[in-house]
Amino acid sequence: MSTTTRKNPWLSKAAVNGALLLAVLYMLFPLVWLVTAATKDTGSLLSGDTFSFKGFDLSKNLSDIASYGDGVYFRWYGNSLLYAGVGAAVCSLICVAAGYAFDKYEFRGKEKLFGLVLLGVLVPTTALALPMYLLASKLGVVNTYWSVLIPVLVNPFGVYLARVFSAGYIPGEALEAARIDGAGELRTFFSIGLPMMMPGFVTVFLFQFTAIWNNFFLPLVMLSDRKLFPLSLGLYSWNTNTHSEPSFYPLVVTGSLLAVIPLIVAFVSLQRHWKAGLTAGSVK
Amino acid sequence: MKARTRAAATLLTPFFVLFTAVMLIPIGYAVWLSLFTEQQSGLGFGGSETVFTGLGNYTAALGDRVFRDGFLVLLGYCVIYIPLMVGGALALALLLDSALARAKRFFQLALFLPHAVPGIIAAMIWLYLYTPGLSPVVSAMHSGGIGFDFFSPGGALPSIVNIALWEWLGYNMVIFYAALQAIDRSVLEAATVDGASGRRIAFSIKLPLIRASVLMVVLFTIIGSLQLFTEPLILNTGSGSAVSSSWTPNMYAYTAAFSRNDFGLAAAASVLLALTAALLSFVVTRLSGRKDAHA
Repeated sequence: MSTTTRKNPWLSKAAVNGALLLAVLYMLFPLVWLVTAATKDTGSLLSGDTFSFKGFDLSKNLSDIASYGDGVYFRWYGNSLLYAGVGAAVCSLICVAAGYAFDKYEFRGKEKLFGLVLLGVLVPTTALALPMYLLASKLGVVNTYWSVLIPVLVNPFGVYLARVFSAGYIPGEALEAARIDGAGELRTFFSIGLPMMMPGFVTVFLFQFTAIWNNFFLPLVMLSDRKLFPLSLGLYSWNTNTHSEPSFYPLVVTGSLLAVIPLIVAFVSLQRHWKAGLTAGSVK
Repeated sequence: MKARTRAAATLLTPFFVLFTAVMLIPIGYAVWLSLFTEQQSGLGFGGSETVFTGLGNYTAALGDRVFRDGFLVLLGYCVIYIPLMVGGALALALLLDSALARAKRFFQLALFLPHAVPGIIAAMIWLYLYTPGLSPVVSAMHSGGIGFDFFSPGGALPSIVNIALWEWLGYNMVIFYAALQAIDRSVLEAATVDGASGRRIAFSIKLPLIRASVLMVVLFTIIGSLQLFTEPLILNTGSGSAVSSSWTPNMYAYTAAFSRNDFGLAAAASVLLALTAALLSFVVTRLSGRKDAHA
C-alpha cells in the first residue's frame, strides 16, 4: 500500500478520511438511533422499524414522561441539575484553590503531599462506595441529598489540572504587583488568581459536571427514595420494568434522549475547554 | 512569609478535609470491616453478633469459585479491550494528525461525543441495539444471514467490550491527538526532508514521543476496567443472559453487600480489587520506567 500511497496522494487522502468517517459513523449511529427511537410509539419501537416515519409519536412520549408517577422524571432532572451543578461548582472551587496553592506557594512536604493527591487519582472509586455507604448509614445520612453530594466534591485529578492551569495562566509578577499594593494573600487569590484561572475553572467544572451527571454507582448504593434519584438511577429503574411492561421502552428511550441533550450542548459549545483539559492531562 | 504559609494552608484545607473524609477514611474503614464477620448467636434466635475473623473473609472470597471466575472474566475483558482501545485510539489520532486529514475539528468533536452520554444510558442504548426484535442492527444482520446472539456465553464479553469502546475511544483519541499536536513541528519537518514516509514518521517518531500519554491512558484504562460494573449489570437484566449477578468482582462485592448483607465479605472483595489496581499500576509504571532507561 505504501507504494500506491506515494504515487497516488488522492487515494491515500480518501483512505485516511474514509477511515475517520467510518469511525464517526460508528460513534454517531447509536445517537441517531436514540433520536429516531424517541419519536416512536411502543408498537413500532418494538418492531425494530426505527428508521421510518411509521408510528411517529414524539408528543405522546413527551406527555407520557411528564405524567408518569406525578412527573417524577422532571424531579429526577432537577436532582441531576442540583447534584451536578452544585457539586461541580463547589468541587471546582476547591480544586482551583488547592491547585493554586500547590503552584504558587512553597512549603515543607509540598511534593509529598502532591504525590498523595496523584495517588488518589489511581484509587478505584467504586471500591470506596460500599464503605462510604456503611459510614453514611452510621452517621444517618444514607438516602439523603448529602450522601450523593459530598463524595463528588473531591476530584484529585481536578487538583492536578488546576496546578497545571495555575502555572500556565498566572504569571508570578501579577501576584507580586498585588502584594506590593498591600493586598492580603487570600484576597490576591480571589481578586487576581481566580479570575485569571477562569478558563481552567470552566474546564474542571465541565469535566466534574459530566462525571456527576453520569454517576450511577454511588447513587445506586446510597439512595432508595425515588424522589432523590438522579436521572441515571431513575432511568435504570424504568429499564428494569421493561421486561414485564414493554410500554416502559418509549419512556426509557425518550427520557434518555432528554438526559443526554444538555451534555451534548455543553460539549459542542465549550470545545475549547474540554480540549484544554485533555491537553493539560496528556502533555505534562 | 508566615502569611504565605497560612494562605497555602487555608487554600488546601477544604480539599484535604474532604479527601480524608471520602477517600482515606473509607479505605481504612473497608480494611477494618474486612476483618470482621457476622455470626449467628446460639440457635439463630438471638440475632447476630460481630466477631473478629482475621483474614477469614479474604480466604472466603478467594476460596469462592464465583469470585475467582470474576477475575478470569476481567482478564478476558482486559485482553480484548485494552489492545483494541489503545490501538484504536492511537490509530485514529495518527490519522487525524496526518497532513491528509480534513475537517479535523469536526472529526474530533464527533468522535468525542459518546463521552457526553452517561455510561448507564450508553449501556441501555446498546442493550436495545442488541435485543432481537427491538434492534434494526440485529434484523439487518439476520437478513444478511448473520445470526449473532449478543447475550450468549460467547457473545456477552464482546458485547460489553463494544459498549466500553464506544464510550471511551474518542476520549482517549483526543488525549493522544493533543499530545501529537504538542510535538515540535521542526522535528517532523526534518524527517520529511530526510525522505521518511508519513507512515515511518508516525511509527518511528510520533509514537515514541507520546509514550507518556500512552502510558497514562493504559493506566487509567486498566483501573477503569477493574471496576467493570454498569455495562454487565445492564446486560444481566436482559433475559436469558450469560451474565450473572456476580459476573465481575465489583458485582460480586455489590451482591455480597446488598443481597446477602455480608459486609465483611464485600469489604474484603473491594480491598482485593483495590490491591489488584495498585499492583497493576505499579507494574505498568515500572515497565515503562525500565524502557526509559534503555532509550
